[in-house]
Amino acid sequence: MAGKYDLEKRKYVIGGVAVVIVLIYIVRLFALQIMSDDYKKNADSNALLKRVQYPSRGVITDRHGHLLVYNQPSYDIMVVMSEQEGVDTLDLCESLGITKEYYVKRMAEIKDRRHNPGYSRYTQQLFMSQLSSEEFCVFQEKLFRFHGFYVQRRSIRQYQSPHAALLLGDIGEVSPADVEEDDYYQNGDFIGKQGVERAYEKQLRGEKGTQILLRDARGRIKGRYRDGKLDTRPVPGKNLTLGLDRDLQALGERLMEGKLGSIVAIEPATGEILCMVSAPTYDPRIMVGRQRGKNHLKMTRDPMKPLLNRAIMGQFPPGSTFKTTQALTFLQEGIITPETAFPCHHGFIYRGLKVGCHGHASPAKLVPAIGTSCNAYFCWGLYYMFSNRKKYKDVQEAMTRWKDYMVSMGFGYRLGIDIPGEKRGLIPNAQFYDKAYRGSWNGLTVISISIGQGEVNATPLQIANLGATIANRGYFITPHVVKQIQGETLDTLYTRRRYTMVERRHYETVVEGMRRAVLSGTCRKANLPGIEVCGKTGTAQNRGHDHSVFMGFAPMNDPKIAIAVYVENGGWGADYGVPLGALMMEQYLNGKLSPESEEKAEMYQKRHIDYGTADR
Amino acid sequence: MERLTDEKEKGVWRSLDWWTILIYVALLAFGWISICGASYDFDQEGDIFSFEARSGMQIIWIATSFGLGFVLLLLSDRIYETFAYFIYAFLLLLLFVTPFLAPDIKGSHSWIKVGPFSFQSAEFAKCATALALAKFMSSYGYNISRWKDFLVTLALILVPVVLIILQRETGSALVYLAFFLVLYREGMPGSVLFAGVSAVAYFVVGVRFEHTMMGYVPTSVGEFLVLAMVILFTVGMVRVYCGRSLVARNILVYGGGLVLLVLGFSWWVIPFNVKWVMLAVCIGMVVYLCYMALRERILHYFYIALFAVGSIGFFYSADYVLNHVLEEHQRVRINVLLGLEDDPAGAGYNVNQAKIAIGSGGLRGKGFLNGTQTKLKYVPEQDTDFIFCTVGEEEGFWGAAGVLLLFLMLVLRLIHLAERQPYAFGRIYGYGVMSVFLFHVFINVGMVLGLTPVIGIPLPFFSYGGSSLWGFTILLFVFLRIDAGRNLTRRNS
Repeated sequence: MAGKYDLEKRKYVIGGVAVVIVLIYIVRLFALQIMSDDYKKNADSNALLKRVQYPSRGVITDRHGHLLVYNQPSYDIMVVMSEQEGVDTLDLCESLGITKEYYVKRMAEIKDRRHNPGYSRYTQQLFMSQLSSEEFCVFQEKLFRFHGFYVQRRSIRQYQSPHAALLLGDIGEVSPADVEEDDYYQNGDFIGKQGVERAYEKQLRGEKGTQILLRDARGRIKGRYRDGKLDTRPVPGKNLTLGLDRDLQALGERLMEGKLGSIVAIEPATGEILCMVSAPTYDPRIMVGRQRGKNHLKMTRDPMKPLLNRAIMGQFPPGSTFKTTQALTFLQEGIITPETAFPCHHGFIYRGLKVGCHGHASPAKLVPAIGTSCNAYFCWGLYYMFSNRKKYKDVQEAMTRWKDYMVSMGFGYRLGIDIPGEKRGLIPNAQFYDKAYRGSWNGLTVISISIGQGEVNATPLQIANLGATIANRGYFITPHVVKQIQGETLDTLYTRRRYTMVERRHYETVVEGMRRAVLSGTCRKANLPGIEVCGKTGTAQNRGHDHSVFMGFAPMNDPKIAIAVYVENGGWGADYGVPLGALMMEQYLNGKLSPESEEKAEMYQKRHIDYGTADR
Repeated sequence: MERLTDEKEKGVWRSLDWWTILIYVALLAFGWISICGASYDFDQEGDIFSFEARSGMQIIWIATSFGLGFVLLLLSDRIYETFAYFIYAFLLLLLFVTPFLAPDIKGSHSWIKVGPFSFQSAEFAKCATALALAKFMSSYGYNISRWKDFLVTLALILVPVVLIILQRETGSALVYLAFFLVLYREGMPGSVLFAGVSAVAYFVVGVRFEHTMMGYVPTSVGEFLVLAMVILFTVGMVRVYCGRSLVARNILVYGGGLVLLVLGFSWWVIPFNVKWVMLAVCIGMVVYLCYMALRERILHYFYIALFAVGSIGFFYSADYVLNHVLEEHQRVRINVLLGLEDDPAGAGYNVNQAKIAIGSGGLRGKGFLNGTQTKLKYVPEQDTDFIFCTVGEEEGFWGAAGVLLLFLMLVLRLIHLAERQPYAFGRIYGYGVMSVFLFHVFINVGMVLGLTPVIGIPLPFFSYGGSSLWGFTILLFVFLRIDAGRNLTRRNS
């Protein structure tokens, strides 16, 4: 056995064990407290409840200050399971207008942690959302009897009038993708889904405030963290003023009843959208509250596609309205002068190719050609341009030149309007035809682009913008819906002039032609008393009945409004396009319609076009 | 006679170890601050000195502990040695009757109610056991290597353990394992401690990897590793104790080689359970060692063979106990500790929340009364068993490490004091006190840090409660009194 001296040495072993234990623990402490941040985050999400304080969303008014969109209180019914007992469920269901089965299902859903991960018996859980004031009134009277049920006030969007649904857009609960994209959002928050609500989400939403509360292990609130020193107050959203004219928009929607198509009006001097009608439309108020989902689904399934904003998403052949762009291009390129005349014997007939035209005096110079919308004139123009080998070394170069003109006038690319979903239309280029015709094509092959047919496609917005450009004699400002943001200046994109490649003097010639069309040409129905209207019709051929198109502006020398009307399958430009455009311009410029015009408007409102039920 | 007593009393204060007193007071102060943090409620603008609050009550316990300590120092140091067995017997009786008197508190019958107060007899039994051990082991002619003496010593330790287990306070009972450190100091062979450590290793490794299979080989990794450890430990011991590297090499090369060969066969050719071969190797090894013991007449071979057999026997019986004897909640606790069950909301909740609370403290902590995890009841028993969380959360790394170092200072100081005792009685008792403190700190802080099993024992001087504070105070001050009399005893006797 070991001696006494050896045994005393064992104190070092024992002391060593104590030292090693304490050292290990200190290393462990170091690892937990200093090496890792996870525990701190964990602790915060444990104990600190960030209660969000919702700001009020900005309101939206039209250009004259009429309220369009505002906030309205709505009520969420909350339930605390641990307190909820002895409730007469039958009475509760009756007061809320729900069935017993729904109640049982809802309760089961709340308790299901897979669908409701944040469930706690001790905290408020959402039972029913977005009750209107009326629905809530019934419930409130009996609330005292329903132990464990609470009410949380929230605000929802409400619309003053049943108009401009697609333009204004709506709000809905955020999708998981939204939450992932922007930290600002949490599940259950609202976000702009379409139109202005979506495009100006950041301005409208304001800044959420937070109240940091202490929460115990059972989820009960135990007070404010550091006496509220770290709390932030919500910042209300900014109000928006739109360029929209409420009454003009209302008239436009009235006139387009029972038709498919679009009316877009722009103030040429500013690029502000005065109205943007897309037909069919819907009442924005059905997209609020608990019915939203149901109604939304119904409209997605509607073959007429009421959710499609045709003004910016519909891509149509611009038809004869496009001839103005051709005139401007040919003049600027020196292919023609205002004095140049081309023959027209019921059309453009050359080397076995025929593009028909209606009867008018021949040969015609440019102004009467625009006035009467002569197809042959512009076909000749394009033919001479594309076969001019002195100026362009081949047809591709001519085509590229032509395309550049169109693009400078706002075609072929998105204009950049401030609401989402805009389409770019289509302006073909040389490569496009090289591919389509394997390199073997010439001016005659593509002749129909000169009259806005063939491959050329444009949105009604682009056509209206063309009107604004001509009204401005050579420039446009990117069309935009929002005129003013409270406390912010507009993006320079919406204040800067964008000049086309054509000189002002050539625009004067085209304006003269458009004036001629109203006075003695295709747009005679647009001749308003006391207002110098300029216009251009379009009759866009397509597989079915022709589309009826009108593009114009007024007054001629101090343009206040430029407009495009596009009525699908409406027939001649003069059938719908011209009269509707005239009514719209009258409404805007005079602030009201004359009694005769009112009669006319009623007539057009009632005249519906039969589109059949085939899928469109 | 009177003069002597007088001199003695003066001597107590002069020769008292003030360092220990200082550490004791510092720990109590730190402990009180932590109780304030843990029991403070954000709801009420409560007064931490109010006797309604636990922090206020703890002041009473601390004050009475000072009084108790003072009285203990005034008593004669002789009475402890004289009455050691009597005190021990009295506490055994108390432990025995406790389950019959105590009401059921969370399944445990360990609290005796006396008027408005209740106390835990087990807290005081530690002191009594240490005294009895000291008296018995310091008695004339005691020799720990004699079987009879060793068995009595074991009985002194294990009787209170059994009685406390009957109260369903397994945690408090485990504290008595600490006394094995005393036995070690007093001459118990180191191999016994080594056996203990290897037992823990077998258990942890075996259970942890019991259900993990070795790739293509249908053998449990746990069993494989434990049997491999048995072989390797045996080889090591043969080398150390018998000095015959040839024997060790034989076992390693033939036994280990065979195991590896069979392992390869099972992996690539025909899969079968390798453990049978390993058991066969172990048996062969044991037989070989027995043969060597007889041939060489060296008893060590035999002991080593015994160790190997015992190891295997322990491993399989521990496995059996875990799966068939232990209660469900105990098994779950062990499994969670070993990482076999990950259930942050269930059994692992306590430890997980404890780690979160400590981890969130950072370097400097959140400041006094600013901890959120402990006060909002995320950490269970935040002012008793899990009090160290509050230290970690509010005082941060510096505070928590500081507390650990204070405890280390206390333990090392106690070793120093114990070693300077002129008599075995004082030394053994001193080691007993030291071991109890070390064990409490080791288990309590370890469980909060997620390193040791969750065993509900208090952190000395920190956890709320009169019983434990008084218990530790008595334990410590009895020793301080004995230490203070170290020089005088000789003069008077």
